[in-house]
Amino acid sequence: MADTHQTIPQWKLRTRKQDLVVWASWLAGVMAVILCLSLISEKTIWVFVLSAPQEAADLGSRMVPPDWPYILQLGRPLWDTLNIATIGTAAALLISVPVAFCAARNTTPSRAVVRPIALFIIAASRSINSLIWALLLVVIVGPGVFAGVLAIAFRSIGFCGKLLYEAIEEIDVEPVEAVQSTGASGAQVLTYGVVPQVMPAFAGISVFRWDINIRESTILGLVGAGGIGLQLNASINNLDWSRVAVILLVILATVIVSEWLSAKIRAALT
Amino acid sequence: MDIDWLRVADGGPRAARFFSGFFPPDFISRWDAIFAGLLESLWMTVAATALGVLISIPVAVGGARNVAPAPVYYFCRAIMAVSRTFHEVLIAIFFVKLFGFGPFAGLITLTFATLGFYAKLLAEDIEAIDPAQAEAIQATGAGWLQWLDYAIRPQVRPRAIGLAVYRLDINFRESAVIGIVGAGGIGATLNTAFDRYEFDTAAAILLVIILIVMAAEYVSGLIRQRVQ
Repeated sequence: MADTHQTIPQWKLRTRKQDLVVWASWLAGVMAVILCLSLISEKTIWVFVLSAPQEAADLGSRMVPPDWPYILQLGRPLWDTLNIATIGTAAALLISVPVAFCAARNTTPSRAVVRPIALFIIAASRSINSLIWALLLVVIVGPGVFAGVLAIAFRSIGFCGKLLYEAIEEIDVEPVEAVQSTGASGAQVLTYGVVPQVMPAFAGISVFRWDINIRESTILGLVGAGGIGLQLNASINNLDWSRVAVILLVILATVIVSEWLSAKIRAALT
Repeated sequence: MDIDWLRVADGGPRAARFFSGFFPPDFISRWDAIFAGLLESLWMTVAATALGVLISIPVAVGGARNVAPAPVYYFCRAIMAVSRTFHEVLIAIFFVKLFGFGPFAGLITLTFATLGFYAKLLAEDIEAIDPAQAEAIQATGAGWLQWLDYAIRPQVRPRAIGLAVYRLDINFRESAVIGIVGAGGIGATLNTAFDRYEFDTAAAILLVIILIVMAAEYVSGLIRQRVQ
């Protein structure tokens, strides 16, 4: 009688086999990470890494105090940066709307031909970072703001197109059918059945992408595509770290303001 | 805005010349460099995602309003804000200056960027849990760590895995860019190709990046669908 409580089967979350699988996959994962780290460390010159504290102190001493009067020269580049982000986003939205309608399963004119093409445009645009777009476009249209606008636009088409076509696919079919049953043409069905349903998503997506683009457009100047990144690159190349500090603070302020603005607008939309 | 339209108009023939330089893409003559760059990007991506997620988890717990007391909450939120404000490329410039050229700077950059992204989204998920289950666990007299383990962890697990896979995908994409400022990986190879005016090699690298990113996005989409 004394050993009754030993025969009661103890409840366990997993069977022994599941336990083993979980354990093995953790082991594999940890080993993969250690392997990656060791391969990276092979390619690393540790002397430079170990000197990081001195480098950081050196950098700190050169950045402080920031060269405040320089901020007066940053108005124009900052304006350019804002323009690159805003015009680039607007251009991308203009192009991404038809692409999204062609990519959505329920509104595409042809599933066999047009939809794959639209999906390819979206994927291709999304896989190339705006900095790489800028690298290419600077060679084609020349250094400056225009290359930046195009780079932002090309990268954003995929982003906006993808989110928008997903929103279109998720719409409620009933209003669409109601409009169809009145004998409306295809274009009328789109305007009265589909567009009102995706409008809030569209507005949200555009503000969201604008906010991301402000951040992206601050670095396009590094490859010559205009904006405050040009000044940043010049200051870094001149080792003028007190100016770099000012530029970074300006970028910080801009990003915080744009993020706050975008959050406010999106909150108001929903 | 200052746009030199003459220069833009000049873009047609320039683009033609430029793209004729791209074709045919040359995979062969620099294949060793491309392959080495890709592997380096891959190591950076995997290691940075793992480290970033590991560091993010305590920050996310501390940054969730329903778990952490106010001072801890503001401290963790500040960490997230700092990490998210600057573009990866700007962060990379600094880490390259601190740690020297190469994949180590890239690893630290991506880890840092992962921290802001992952911690913020995970914290938001922790804040959105079902409080009834959390209370039920509390009612059993569980300690704080037990409460985290049994009330919070099961509820955020699917999203935590989904986000990690998503960030893996993003990190690979970013690793192609931060190399341009010297942080190793395939971006460094791409930059070298551009600097040498070897546009056919650059085209090959871009194609390889696009293919891998598309494949990664497809696979990560599948995994995220399965866990969520």
